[in-house]
Amino acid sequence: MNVFRFMLHNQHQVLQLTLEHLRLVGFSTLFAMLIGIPLGIGIAHRPRFNKLVLATANIIQTIPSLALFGFLLPVPWLGARADRLAILALTLYALLPIIRNTYTGIRGVDAAVVEAGRGMGLTESQLLFQVELPLAVSVILSGVRVAVVISVGLATIAAAIGAGGLGEFIFRGLAMVDDRVILAGAIPAALLALLADFGVGWLERRLQPR
Amino acid sequence: MPPEAASPVIEFRDVSYRVAGTQVLSGFNLQVESGETLVLLGRSGSGKTTSLKLVNRLLSPTSGEIRVKGVPNTEADVIRLRRSIGYVIQDVGLFPHFTIERNIGLVPKIEGWQAARIGARVQELLQMVGLAPEIASRYPHQLSGGQRQRVGVARALAADPEILLMDEPFGALDPLTRDELQREFLLLQQRLHKTVVFVTHDLREALRLGSRIALMEAGRLVTVLAPADFLRSTDPLASAYVRAFGEGLESAANRGTS
Repeated sequence: MNVFRFMLHNQHQVLQLTLEHLRLVGFSTLFAMLIGIPLGIGIAHRPRFNKLVLATANIIQTIPSLALFGFLLPVPWLGARADRLAILALTLYALLPIIRNTYTGIRGVDAAVVEAGRGMGLTESQLLFQVELPLAVSVILSGVRVAVVISVGLATIAAAIGAGGLGEFIFRGLAMVDDRVILAGAIPAALLALLADFGVGWLERRLQPR
Repeated sequence: MPPEAASPVIEFRDVSYRVAGTQVLSGFNLQVESGETLVLLGRSGSGKTTSLKLVNRLLSPTSGEIRVKGVPNTEADVIRLRRSIGYVIQDVGLFPHFTIERNIGLVPKIEGWQAARIGARVQELLQMVGLAPEIASRYPHQLSGGQRQRVGVARALAADPEILLMDEPFGALDPLTRDELQREFLLLQQRLHKTVVFVTHDLREALRLGSRIALMEAGRLVTVLAPADFLRSTDPLASAYVRAFGEGLESAANRGTS
């Protein structure tokens, strides 16, 4: 197979771009979790804001990715480093599934359980960390899983603004009209997506409350 | 102001509760004495559950005050207040991700008890509510409805509260299990002498378990009667209840400890 010969021949570059790709996805997912999970908890406890927050995240999701990358380019400081910019854009895209699943997960905790806990004298933070979050964790993680898989795919587009990652191969291949080069980017990206899906899925099952 | 020795354990003083334009409770006055089982009897929406939740401040009254051990319950720290009051609800609300031992031992644990003391207390409570010791390591979904409700009672008793609030605790159980739990509740109460407020819509249960029955209707207290007097009451609502439940109520009022 030509593709694999090409990949083997350029194994250092494949490895480097894969690592860059992982870095983009890893940081953006981390940031999206740091923002999205507290936000999801917040709107689950204060439903007044849920429409506003979910609608905003929804709208971000509908912006075409290439447009968002281009749109952010002129932003000072951020625009100076393409990878920062890509991480920001990917973070924005990852927010929706994480916020929505956190919201759904926390809201889905049996009301009787929460009321019993509150009535027994658990503080709000004990209720959150010992009851609500453990019971919602698998729903939240399935949101993270969706976010990661989306990010792996979207991160290939980051190469268009020079942020690196496996998209480099894809864009180069497109320019060169060379399938081998396109596939050298697409195949590792697809494998990453599958791996991430499997990995977070495994974690999800491990943490599933009985 | 130190509470007097003879003061009621729980006292509702002219309590009203309104939510979203609905008057759930109005002009509610009631005293619950130490060691008694006061039953709040009434149909759905009569304000029974609301009254209960006002005691442990899951709800706050629109006007009036609730005194617990002579002190307005708003003066105590709400978390301390709740931990000093056992709370049992119909849906039990066991934590599905905790073992039975952790469920029962939760309040003692957050109160900082030693692990060994918690373990011993859990075993003591399991025995008290008639459950086998090996249940401790199981999860709630592995138990039957009756067993779960026993655990719910054990959990409420864990930190040895003086007061127990019970909101239709046996309402979702099949008749045989309910009968069993009612009987055990009476035996338990003979030993523990907790001050219990017990919500039900079942007259038979009220007659059997209550030392007094507070009859409620549309957010008002209609009357408070001892079980035997309830059967002879000329109050239209009380006699409507007696008619609706039909024959065999005397034996329930006589505590049917067969």
